[in-house]
This record gives sequence, C-alpha cells and structure tokens, in this order.
Amino acid sequence: MAPRTRGATGPAERELLSAGDVARTIARIAHQIIEKTAIGPGGEPVPVLLGIPTRGAPLAARLAGRITEFSGQPVPHGSLDVTLYRDDLRRRPPRPLELTQLPEGGIDDRTVVLVDDVLYSGRTIRSALDALRDIGRPRVVQLAVLVDRGHRELPIRADYVGKNVPTSRREEVAVLLSEVDGRDAVLLRAAAPDAGGGEGSR
Amino acid sequence: MKHLLTTEGLDRDTATALLDTADELKRTLLGREVRKLPTLRGRTVITMFYENSTRTRVSFELAGKWMSADVVNVSASGSSVGKGESLRDTALTLSAAGADCVIVRHPASGAAQRLAEWLADTPTSVINAGDGMHEHPTQALLDAATLRERLGPLEGRRVVIVGDVLHSRVARSNVHLLTTLGAEVVLVGPPTLVPAALTGWLASRRVRVSFDLDAELPAADAVMMLRVQAERMHGAFFPSAREYSINYGLNAARAALLPEHAVVMHPGPMLRGMEIADSVADAANSVIVEQVRNGVHVRMAVLYHLLAAQTRAGEDA
Amino acid sequence: MTDVVISGARPYGEGDPVDVLVSDGVIAAIEPKITPPDGAEVIEAGGQVLLPGFVDLHTHLREPGREDAETIATGSAAAALGGYTAVFAMANTDPVADNAVVVEHVRRIGESVGLVDVYPVGAVTVGLEGEQLAELGTMASSRARVRMFSDDGFCVHDPLIMRRALEYSRALDAVIAQHAEEPRLTVGAQAHEGELAARLGLAGWPAAAEEAIVARDCILAQHVGARLHICHVSTKGTVDVLRWAKERGTQVSAEVTPHHLLLTDERLTSYDPVNKVNPPLRTEPDTAALRQALAEGIVDCVATDHAPHAPQDKDVEWQAARPGMLGLQTALSVVVQTMVRPGLLSWRDVARVMSERPAEIGRLADQGRPVAVGEPATLALVDPDREWTVHGDELASIAANTPYEGMTLPGVVTATMLRGRITQLDGKVR
Repeated sequence: MAPRTRGATGPAERELLSAGDVARTIARIAHQIIEKTAIGPGGEPVPVLLGIPTRGAPLAARLAGRITEFSGQPVPHGSLDVTLYRDDLRRRPPRPLELTQLPEGGIDDRTVVLVDDVLYSGRTIRSALDALRDIGRPRVVQLAVLVDRGHRELPIRADYVGKNVPTSRREEVAVLLSEVDGRDAVLLRAAAPDAGGGEGSR
Repeated sequence: MKHLLTTEGLDRDTATALLDTADELKRTLLGREVRKLPTLRGRTVITMFYENSTRTRVSFELAGKWMSADVVNVSASGSSVGKGESLRDTALTLSAAGADCVIVRHPASGAAQRLAEWLADTPTSVINAGDGMHEHPTQALLDAATLRERLGPLEGRRVVIVGDVLHSRVARSNVHLLTTLGAEVVLVGPPTLVPAALTGWLASRRVRVSFDLDAELPAADAVMMLRVQAERMHGAFFPSAREYSINYGLNAARAALLPEHAVVMHPGPMLRGMEIADSVADAANSVIVEQVRNGVHVRMAVLYHLLAAQTRAGEDA
Repeated sequence: MTDVVISGARPYGEGDPVDVLVSDGVIAAIEPKITPPDGAEVIEAGGQVLLPGFVDLHTHLREPGREDAETIATGSAAAALGGYTAVFAMANTDPVADNAVVVEHVRRIGESVGLVDVYPVGAVTVGLEGEQLAELGTMASSRARVRMFSDDGFCVHDPLIMRRALEYSRALDAVIAQHAEEPRLTVGAQAHEGELAARLGLAGWPAAAEEAIVARDCILAQHVGARLHICHVSTKGTVDVLRWAKERGTQVSAEVTPHHLLLTDERLTSYDPVNKVNPPLRTEPDTAALRQALAEGIVDCVATDHAPHAPQDKDVEWQAARPGMLGLQTALSVVVQTMVRPGLLSWRDVARVMSERPAEIGRLADQGRPVAVGEPATLALVDPDREWTVHGDELASIAANTPYEGMTLPGVVTATMLRGRITQLDGKVR
C-alpha cells in the first residue's frame, strides 16, 4: 500500500517551514548531534540514526548525510517500524507494516538517535522505545524531531528539536518530504473531522 | 476483514497486503533472541481442531503466542465435542467465554463459513484452518509467500499442482489465490483425481488440466505435490501405489526435467517414496522446510489483520 | 353435515363464475346462481379457480419416530393448507412401515385427525435394508389398503430384489415407487456433481447415478409387465430415459418435486443445509427439462417430498445435515410460478398433475375426481393472483425447513374441502 500522500496547500492552512527552512533546520540538527555526541576524530563511537516510518526514515537518511558531510565520519542509519508496538492499534483501521531496517553492526552499546517528523502525544516514541528493547541494548537513546507541537501525554522530551510550534488539538501539523510527498514543507491546518484521538492527528 | 474463510473472493490487494505483512514480520523477527511482539496482548485465540493436525495447529499456536495473544487449544477428543455437543453450541460457548478469534479445522466442507454465520452477532473472528475438501486459505497464503520469496512476483509464473486435486482443499485454495495473483496454474493427476466434474469450475479460473506430468515439468516455475491420502488407494482411484508413483511421483529423473530456477513444494506430511523421492524432497530447490517456516509468519499476518485493528465501528471507542 | 355454497368459483379456471352447492359430501349442483339453503355456509370465491383436491404421492409425516419434526396431525394440517386432500405417507418412519401393524397405525391416526386422507406407503424391503421383501401382500390386504410400496430414502439397488418386488406387486394392483440412486456411485455424496460441488468441495452426486437406475428399472418393469413409479425425477437425462421407456410401452410413471422445478445448485454457496435434499438440487438445464417434461406428460405429476427436519438436524454443518425440505404448503405456489405463469400448464393441466394422475397412480377411486355434479366434494379453491411471502415459522409443520424462506410466491389456496367438510378456509385449519 502506498503511503498516504499529503495534499497540496489549501486555503485553510499556513506554511510553518518552507523547503529552504526544512533544509536549514536539518543542517542545524546535524550540527547539534555532532556536538552533543562528540563525533569527530578521536571522539566517541558515531551514533546510529533510526528513523520512524513513514517520514522519520528519510529524515534520518538526510541527517546522516549532513553529519557525514560536516564531520567526515560515516554515520549508520536505518528505520524502525513501531506499528506492532503501538497502543492505539484497536482504535484504527488495519495499517500495513512498514520497513524496519537496522544498519549492519546493530545497536548494542551504541548511541541511538530516534528520528521522527512530529512529536505530539509521545506515544509513538514510547512504542519505539519498546521496539528498541526487543532488538538490542543501546548505551544511550536520544530523540530528534523536526517539529515539536506540544500536548505530550507521556513524560517524553526531544533532545533535538527543529522547531517548536504551539498548536491547538484541533489543528494538524503536516510534514511534507520530497521522498514521500514530492516536495519539502511543514504546514499547519485544521484537522480532518475524522482524525480524532491518538496519533491520528499529528 | 472480520474472518478469513477462503481464498476464493480474496482480492489481489488484500492478498498482497497479507503477504507483505508476513514478509515484514519475518524480517522483523529474523535473528531475534526473543521472538515476542506485544501486538495482540490481551487477545484470546482458540484453536478448535476436529481433525488431527500437528503442523497447522502448532503453526497457528506459535503465530498467536509470538504476538502475545493468549492461545487455547481445544481438540475434538477430551472436550464437550466428544460428548456430542454441536459445532454451533461449541462455537457460541467459546465466543461467550471471550474468544476474539476461533481457528477451526473441520472435516465438513463449509464448516468455517457456517461458524462465521453463527457468530455473526458476536465480535469473534473465524479463521478457516481447513474445511473438508473445500479450502485451506492459510496454506495457500504460505505457499504464495514461499513462491514470492523464491521467484519474485507471481504474475505470469506457472505453477504445476500434482496429485489428488479432487479431494484437496490445498489445491482449491491455491487455484483461487495463485490465479488471483496472476500466476498460471496447471493441474496434473490421474483422471480419477482430476475428473471431468471439475472442468466447469477450473474453466472459470482459466486453469488447465493435464494427465502427463513429464510434459508439464520443463515449463514449470514451481511444482507442488499434493498429499495422496491412504484411503484413496482403496477407492479405485488408481490401481496401486506403485503405478501412481511411476506416473505421478516426483522422482529424481523427473525432477531433473524442471528448469534450474524451479522450486519443489509439498504441503506435508509427505509420503516419501510414493509422492516424492527422498533426494528430491531434500534437494536445494526444495522449499518444503521454508513453507513450514513461512507458515508461522503468514498466520501472524492473518491474526494481525483480523485482530490488531479496529474491525467494527465503535469498538473501544 | 352443513351444506356449503361456493359462490362465484371458476372450475378449472374456465368460463364464467358459477355457484357450487355441496350437500352430504357431494357436489349437488353447479349453477350460475344458487340461493343458499337455510343454514348453509357460503364461501365467497370471487372468481377464484376451483380444482379437485390435490393428491401427494410423496410425503414424510415422521410419525411414528420423529414427532419433534412433524406429526400426522401437523402434517395433515400443512397438507390441508396446501390444498391437499390425500397424502401418501412414506415408509421411512421409526419403526419402519414394513408390516401391517405400522401401516394400520398410521392410517388410523390419519383418520382420527381427519383433515386429509392419509395413505401409508409400505416398505419394499424389511427395514428398508434392501435385502428381504417386506410382507407386501399383508400390507395390501390390511385395513390400510396399501397400493404403493417404496424404500424411499434408499434405493432398492439389488436388481434381483427389484425384479421380484415388481413381479410380486402385479397380484396386488400395486406400484413400486423407486428412489433412484445407485448407492456405489453416491458414496458420501453431498451435492449435484458439477461446477458448484467442485468449487465448494462437496462430494458429487452424479446425474448418472439416478439415470442408470431409472433405465435399469424401466427395463425390468417392461420385462416382468409390472407398474413402476419413479420418485423425485431430478435430471434431464432421466427425462430422456422416461421418454424412451414410455414410447416402448413400459408401465412407468414419474413425479417431480416443486423444488426440482424451481431451485438450482447455485443456492449451495451459502452451505445452508436448508438447501440440502436428496436427490440434490441440480442445474438450470435440468429444471428447464423437468418443466418441459411435466408439461408434455413425460413426467406425470408433482409430488412434494415434504420432508420436515428438526433444527438440530438442519442447523449444523452441511455434511452432518439431514436431506429434505418442507413442501406441502408451497407446492401449488411453486407450480404456479414455474408452470402456470410461463404458460406451460393450464389450470386443467394443474388438476391433472396435482390431483388426477397421482390419484390414478396411487389407485384412489374417490380422489382426483372431476369437478362435476354427483362427484365427491373434495376440492381446492385457489386465488391465482394473490401473492404471499413464505416464513417457515408460520407454516403448520413443527419443523421450519423451507427453502423458500422470505420468497414471495404467487397463488394462494384459500379453501380446501374433503368430501364436503371444509378442512381449511383462508389459511385457518378447521
């Protein structure tokens, strides 16, 4: 099944980040990761970036690319599908599983940076932490997100935030990435009427 | 999707989604020390087997347990079934006791469909684990998963199914699923086991019948050997096991007629010697062990699609 | 007995409406206008069709043995509501009607119920086992006056036993009614052998298993000069065999059931055993051939094979279910739907296939008589235009296994009369 595509900009929405803003934000997060995890000659072992599908996966790939560019160090990256660990499966129609791809070398005793597009209730990240526990034992787990829109339901916070956006629960934050949606942008719009509850509205 | 009763009528998108999920589950669990996913925590799955079957029952049981469902096995002996309780009453009892899913194997064709009708007003799902001579949908799904793994997409691939087609639920489910997925199916066997009475149905699925196995093997991408049940040997379906083996057994010489890429399949349990030679069953192009392995992932995928998601409006609301 | 005037009825659906005076159990007068005698009951027919009461050569009343599915009383009520004035009660009861005691018992209860003449069918062989001839002569000369013998449910498959039964019955003016099913060709059979059975994984019941027995028995009957009746003809091939046998002078008659005229094996996809019957529902070419054969007289009559079954014998998986369906209250409607409306039968023909021929075959002198002055007032009044919707739990039988559940059918039997006694009026049994 194809990933849900997010439509073109409509009248009832506002652009939070342009394509250029998205690129600059990713570059900034890349620098922060290099600094915080001490990547560099003679530094700590490089972290492993794991993106949460759908849009976390290409974000992780882009971040890894920028980090390598800035630091000269190759950074392993992959994807971690958390569908099987979600606590809201029974509230929604059946969803296809997405790709889980761990980089060679695994995650044991490494610093793992989870990457997602939007941080909202925190439930997706909780599912990701459960999934991580089943596939290995990282030394440290950190979190990078492009947008933090607040309304946390669990004691979870991000280590790297591209942009903090105060939102109402009736709004939806849509991250568009060219790999999935054909262009880069972050939009704020009124939530679809049927998108109530859980991670349905992001 | 509330039930899985047949592969007949399963559309291509749904079948593909099930197979894709099975692939992802297999990849997810590959090399893990702890094969346990939390996905079906708190869900209760009951297997009801009115026929003996180690392989299918264990496969379903593992599928449920690896996804953290509570799995209870009911067998026809040692239960109220042995005391003459009807299938309907047993099903309603298990549903009332809290079964989210009943997996049924029954000697009567259509038993799973009847069960689904009796449980229509309950939230309980039904999975057909083999009903008489009718269907065995998860077997066909695991066969398709194995074929996809070895051959890639099935569109235009030719699968030769050999043996007792008349009595085989595996053959029926495979005819429907493989043709839905775009494969070409050829049925081979003695005319008593692939009788003219099947012609109308097979024509509707564009399936060809042949009585000559040697002629079909060189163009086959896969050959699937069906079980020949012992009782057929006394029903005048063929003169002797020896003659059956000579004409329709997959011996080494015959297997050599297959193209290099072709795979050999068998739903098990095998009658080595008569249906398939030892060396052929254990050869590199045999995927018989892989079929069993994929069976668990396919059944996990089915349980995931039936039980993990919201299936009825308002549930858990 | 009170006099009755049936006002404004059309005998055989022909001509202008007339008044029919029934007095002392016979038709006393048929006139354009009759002034009802004092105290007479008047049935306003409003131009409805008046026919001789129907005769069913093939009914399962289940008593003795399975009174949880049907009794002689409830079956008689169903018959009266369906326009029947005589039914032949099949022998496969428990105990089997293979001796004078059982057939006299059934006859006596039928008389005490009094809604319909119940004629017991005697078994051909002891216990329906096909091995030893039952005492046909004793049953024929008993109070039950048995004139039809059948192992229905089972085929008299041994050709020698069948030959002897046919030969022996000549002295009794009786007929052997054969359930034509070659048992070796139908081991475990569950459905018509064809596309549907192949797809549904149901063991096939081949048409050849019926046709082979019909051909064999026609040859045997011809050879020994006996009368043969073929129960529930279900295939096109059987029609061909019957045509051939009749052309060469064989004394063979045949019946077709309403369900084999209307329903096909397409219904089996639900696996609902309400559609399970023996012989099985066949294909559309078979129903077409059977309708044509009934119109031409190759098949002589309609018989219901009314077969009540308790829910625990039907609401199960297909393979475990008992074969058979209710038929008495729906027979006329199905005949109207399949034969009258398409123009294959006139109302006079309906009288022939549902009353006159079955009475002749069963040797009933006072049934299937003309609607005429001086004849017994054994009648059915039919509203050909009214339609009704079938609901199993509204039928008179204890069991509810009708395959027509929810179907709207044409033709309502508004009154039934047995020798001047109104047995049902407007759907109410008296």
